[in-house]
Amino acid sequence: MLSVADLTKSFVSPEGGRAEIVRVGRFELAAGEQRALRGESGSGKTTFLNLIAGILAADGGRVELDGIDLAALPEAKRDRLRADKIGYIFQTFNLLQGYTVLENVLLGMSFGPRGVDRVHAVELLRRVGLEHRLGHFPRQLSTGQQQRVAVARALANRPKLVLADEPTGNLDRTSAREALALIREVCRENGAALLLVSHDDGVLAQFEGLQDFAVINAAARRGPGAVPADGKEGGS
Amino acid sequence: MTLPLIVYRSLRQHALSTLITAGSIALACGLLMTVWVVKTQAQAAFVSTSTAFDAVLGARGSKLQLVLNGIFHLEASPGNLAASDYELIRKHPAVKTAIPIAVGDNLRGYRIVGTVPQLLTNVEYAPGKKYAVAPGGKVFGEAAREAVVGSFAAERLGLKVGSTFQPFHGLTFDEKALHEEVFTVTGILTPTNTPADKVIWVPIKGVQTMSGHDPKAATDVSAVLIQLRAASAGVMLDLMINKQGNRMTFAYPVGAIMADFFGKISWFDRVLALVAYLVALVAAGSVLASIYNSMSARQRDLAILRALGARRRTIFGAVVAEAAGIGALGAAVGFAIYFGLLTLVAEVIRAQTGVVLDVTEGHAVLWICPLAMTALCALGGAVPAVKAYRTPVAETLAPVS
Repeated sequence: MLSVADLTKSFVSPEGGRAEIVRVGRFELAAGEQRALRGESGSGKTTFLNLIAGILAADGGRVELDGIDLAALPEAKRDRLRADKIGYIFQTFNLLQGYTVLENVLLGMSFGPRGVDRVHAVELLRRVGLEHRLGHFPRQLSTGQQQRVAVARALANRPKLVLADEPTGNLDRTSAREALALIREVCRENGAALLLVSHDDGVLAQFEGLQDFAVINAAARRGPGAVPADGKEGGS
Repeated sequence: MTLPLIVYRSLRQHALSTLITAGSIALACGLLMTVWVVKTQAQAAFVSTSTAFDAVLGARGSKLQLVLNGIFHLEASPGNLAASDYELIRKHPAVKTAIPIAVGDNLRGYRIVGTVPQLLTNVEYAPGKKYAVAPGGKVFGEAAREAVVGSFAAERLGLKVGSTFQPFHGLTFDEKALHEEVFTVTGILTPTNTPADKVIWVPIKGVQTMSGHDPKAATDVSAVLIQLRAASAGVMLDLMINKQGNRMTFAYPVGAIMADFFGKISWFDRVLALVAYLVALVAAGSVLASIYNSMSARQRDLAILRALGARRRTIFGAVVAEAAGIGALGAAVGFAIYFGLLTLVAEVIRAQTGVVLDVTEGHAVLWICPLAMTALCALGGAVPAVKAYRTPVAETLAPVS
């Protein structure tokens, strides 16, 4: 379902040179599969997810989603594909503060090809236990509740792939366990593949499919620095 | 649902700057529409008011002064005409009607005009419209101390049929200049929406023989209002009185003199319009500045929307639509300002001249101005929209890990 090959991304470093952050030779995720990637802060996990989501354009390589090479698409088509097939749960939730809980979920739907389905949005929010908070604004919710809104929003378009970036990073242990269970359960119910990145061993321990990000990201193994002259270092 | 919701929420989130900016747009829009409508309607009203008579004959002087004095009851008379001059013009074969008027007195600031009853009984002040006395009243007798009061003056002075008053000398009110004569109101004119509404009409002899007036001028008139049998007669009389004579002025044609007058004061319209244009430009600039300045605070929301799948053009459109929304809101409030200002200005014009502006009458500027202002604001919104369009999603949402 998701296939990544020879994916590279570098940024201009403060010193003026280019620092390579991501160099992934090969990475695959099957439909419905749930995989966790372990990695320390600064290892390029978020960049990797952003590249998969098409939020960032890769310097090189391929990101295929259902056989479509995301990296080769123009930006507008990447946006459409993201709205259609990908649900993204951000570490900081990234809820729209000026919008109600329901509007946050509806907006997530509105950019997808199916359009707004209010009944489905309310059902999702009921599923995450927020049916009584539809008209509330994010600032009126607890951190755990905000996390659940982010989960509902990410799943609103019935995505085939859910990307979760440190989704429990801001939660206490109990809330983190509940939130993770919820994400995994809802993904299973929707038949969505889940790719989660975290540095929290408590979270990672719950996944059978666990990989060390440094193993698949050659740039992380080498550490941030100049792009190698041959530009070919990498591996899975 | 998406675009309206994004625009609505953004306007709500920045309610204070939205209201302030919309307020300045409303002011600009209201001013522009008022200037335009007052200019157009006032010009039309003054020109149409002057259709009853083709010309005004008076003492040697300014044609405009004669018209303003004789038709609009503004300004002072440039001097008097002898009774023989009036008779000469009255009997001229090219003249259909000649109505003499005599001015020089007032009642608490409202002008008293002496004339002949025929003005109120025979003359059409507008095509197909004659003066009419309200039921229960009658036109004054030719030699009696009686008066017919214009509707506006009657309302303001509290006069009704049977009321009596003593005139004050001069065209401006001076309570020490009270005349001895007592006049009785015999009729109130029905509203004509012309300067006649603010005049107190009395027999011409009443003014000519008023105590304190120069007995030597007891048969003089201030001006003669003239209807011609044919337009060509006006050219002939113009030649005869203005070019070959040197005692009198024949103000003809009245409509052209008024149009010339408006032409001379058109600089004032242009200044007002220029001020309104500048206010409009400043308002559009404030839309630009207001949205642009808030872009830093909005960038995260915009990046989130992009991460959710919103395309760049959706974001661009949302910011432009927001700017247009502020413009439209301002334009809508501008209508309230327009109606308020127009009502006020119309009241002032009515009180000063008797000419009534129709505040409900439509004008192209009433749709052109709001549309243009909304478009101008949308244009102003294009600058921050470009910034929004360029929002880097990943960098804005979180630092690279």
